[in-house]
Amino acid sequence: MKSKLLPLILVLTFLIIFVIFFKSLKSSNIYTPNTTLEKKIPSFDLKSFENNSIIISEKIFKDNEYYFMNIWASWCIPCKEEHKFLMELKKGGKIKLIGLNYKDNFKNASNFLKDLGNPYNIIVSDNDGTGSIEWGAYGVPESFLVYQNKIIKRFIGPISNEDLLEIQKIIK
Amino acid sequence: MKFIYIFLIISVILNFNFLKADEIKTENKIAKNLRCLICQGQSVYDSDSEFAISLKLMIKNKIQQGMSEQQIYSFLKMKYGEWILYDPVFNRNTYFLWLLPILIFLAGGAIIIKRFYNKK
Amino acid sequence: MASLIGSYSLGFGLFFSVFIILFSVRNLRDTEILDKKIVSFTFIQFFFVVISFFGLIISFINSDFSNETVFNHSHTTKPLFYKISGTWGNHEGSLLLWLLVLTLFISIFLFKSNHQPKRYRIFTLLFQQIIIIGFFIFLIKNSSPFNYIFPTPNEGLGLNPILQDPALAIHPPVLYLGYVGSSIIFSSALAAMVTSYVTKEWAKHIKQWVLASWVFLTLGILLGSIWAYYELGWGGFWFWDPVENVSLMPWFALTTLLHCILVLEKKKILTSWAMILSIATFALSMSGTFLVRSGILNSVHTFANDPERGLFILIFLFTLIFLSIFIFIFFHSDKEKIENNFFWLSKETSILVNNWFMMYFLSVILIGTIYPIFLEVITANKISVGPPFYNKLILPFLIPFLLAMAIGPNLNWIKSELKDKFYMIIFLIISFLLSAFIIKQFNINFLINTILVSSAFFLFFSTLREFFAKRFKNLSQNIAHFGFSLLILSILFNNIFSNEVITNLKIGETFKTEKFTINFENIDQEDEKNFKAIKGKFKIQYLDGSSDILNPELRIYNQPNIITSEADIKTNLLTDKFMTMNYVQNQEYFNVRYQVKPFMIWIWISVILISFGGFLSFFKKRYEI
Repeated sequence: MKSKLLPLILVLTFLIIFVIFFKSLKSSNIYTPNTTLEKKIPSFDLKSFENNSIIISEKIFKDNEYYFMNIWASWCIPCKEEHKFLMELKKGGKIKLIGLNYKDNFKNASNFLKDLGNPYNIIVSDNDGTGSIEWGAYGVPESFLVYQNKIIKRFIGPISNEDLLEIQKIIK
Repeated sequence: MKFIYIFLIISVILNFNFLKADEIKTENKIAKNLRCLICQGQSVYDSDSEFAISLKLMIKNKIQQGMSEQQIYSFLKMKYGEWILYDPVFNRNTYFLWLLPILIFLAGGAIIIKRFYNKK
Repeated sequence: MASLIGSYSLGFGLFFSVFIILFSVRNLRDTEILDKKIVSFTFIQFFFVVISFFGLIISFINSDFSNETVFNHSHTTKPLFYKISGTWGNHEGSLLLWLLVLTLFISIFLFKSNHQPKRYRIFTLLFQQIIIIGFFIFLIKNSSPFNYIFPTPNEGLGLNPILQDPALAIHPPVLYLGYVGSSIIFSSALAAMVTSYVTKEWAKHIKQWVLASWVFLTLGILLGSIWAYYELGWGGFWFWDPVENVSLMPWFALTTLLHCILVLEKKKILTSWAMILSIATFALSMSGTFLVRSGILNSVHTFANDPERGLFILIFLFTLIFLSIFIFIFFHSDKEKIENNFFWLSKETSILVNNWFMMYFLSVILIGTIYPIFLEVITANKISVGPPFYNKLILPFLIPFLLAMAIGPNLNWIKSELKDKFYMIIFLIISFLLSAFIIKQFNINFLINTILVSSAFFLFFSTLREFFAKRFKNLSQNIAHFGFSLLILSILFNNIFSNEVITNLKIGETFKTEKFTINFENIDQEDEKNFKAIKGKFKIQYLDGSSDILNPELRIYNQPNIITSEADIKTNLLTDKFMTMNYVQNQEYFNVRYQVKPFMIWIWISVILISFGGFLSFFKKRYEI
């Protein structure tokens, strides 16, 4: 009895291991945080981009308006790609764009906006990167669609044309 | 009976402190127990990515604000998910992770002891 | 040209497998002696792989960018040394190296096993051929190092700068010698089962291979660790990274086997266990390759991740596993009842205890490494298993392990009693007092630390005494165990007493701690052949008035365009002083990391001692009591 059961268990175990390895081959091994969760927006107080006054998050986000919070930097190449979509989004006028300037210097960042246009209603600067951590971000660019003080949708990496259409659909 | 014994062992193991706790600052300890999201094979402590540098700064700030180690972990867990913690929490998902090695150890011991009993 | 020849010789090499198998099968029935042709064919196959390998090396030396592998991993401005080592610094080349060692080892095996039964030799060769054919097909089918690109690019993409390091140049070959050595053990165990040759004679003969692979594997892991310490610039030598774990698992299996074989060599017991271990060692080496190359684990060590390659290795690996399960079940009979009596206090028991702990450590690492994969597939949850997990599950178990290791080698076979109780108690007391004193001295009063350090000291003194008490009778084992105690001690002290600071500093700024101040004096620029270096000058002033100057470096490589940071390390017998600096985006300051790491060099020395022990026992005919 024992001698027959053991091989069977052995073979079964290895079959299961095989199937699991096989399945995991297909899934990506790069971890991205769960983006679907609806979360309350974190509060922050950061320096304004233009001058050194402190901007408190409670004063920016009002209840019944849509906000698009975008983390960007002039040294970040994908930010340049997504910039035209931000300008497009701004044209619609139904949404306020908040820029969070990540570890940038003022001169480069202003040149960047001068060249490509400034889509942002308000820009805060995050010199040491701690502000973006409060938002659960870990790279540039990253964006958050905010409504009623909640993050409705999160975009890791540059937004695409599809993302833009989706946002426009939501805010209609 | 066996289960109580196993549980006791586990709770002892889970509760004893990490080797260097007393020596290095909590800051480094926390950073070492966090996994970096940019270079995903590294700890935040080891990594020099922008994200890791900011996160280290942020840990420092949080400690100065009087947050405890556990509070910082749960804060980051909320932001980035359980993945960021290098020390897996003992819960439904990780029972096997923590218990299986101990079970194997006990089973191994049992096999060895059995060898001696068999002959008598 | 060179890569064309290389490519063709691969094909010829595979072709010879057919001959080898044909003649081997025929030879099985025929005469009593091994057909000379088989040996010649094996040599010829090896020869073709050598040619192929040299073809690749020459393509690298000549920077022949019409070869895709060379194009992807080399560059004209790269120093010659790294052009050559770049040959095996990539997926395709390293597989070719695997194949080279595979064919080399089977040739050596045939050459050295003259006194073994013919059928056993042929079966070993046949099983080894299965592995060799698998690698040939894998290489030719989807990891060919000789892919041709047209039009020929002018310049290559370059080798990742962190791979341009002397330790890393020799790390893969040494590690593969260990991995592939285990393939011989695997084939030979299968052959021994098929031909009912699991005997003392077999144990004696295979022990040489176990020892050789074990020494290479140990050194290979050491080199990887040294590379991580000097090149990665994080100040650590072991990160419990999946890729590191994957090399440690076969090491544990092999170490267990090494001890188990000693028993098997003495008397015919534990045969099934030895078979399982022989199979497991190679299966673990292969799954390591699978886990690393398929990219299902994410780790700091990046290989080109290609699911298709992963699939091939996976199927190949499980074919071998099922084949060995089949053979184990149907051919292996456990006829060991005769001599199966030994007292609880005996050398056999102590080896069993060693095996028990080794298996436990192995299971911790195995489960910790693959559990996240299982969890993700089953529940879609992603978790990380890192250093705290391993520390929590391994450290407490190290205490009884160290104590057993101190007592075990002093016991006799079959039945023994505790000898030299007097010394043991004295050593135990001394160890405890010493560690309590050391730990108190530095104000870190942790019971677990004291006990751990005590048990390591206990092993240290016990093995030290053995050197004299046994008059170098069992030198190899003694050196290895002594090295192990030294390793544990140095790692513990390194952990407990290391001191580290990470801070942001501008040029001219000073950072103060209780024990030292760091002054960032200035930076310097230098141009090298394939990189630009920015050197920082830091002065560290200690409380006792002494000071150090450290020059960590930032390197901006031209191809690929990557910034790396080079640590500056001041090593002496007691401590290492380790400093790196890093560029921070758009800030005036640099991120500076300064670490004082005690006994660093002793970690390397003790691992060298451990493998030297194994090396010595290679020259010994028999295990002595």
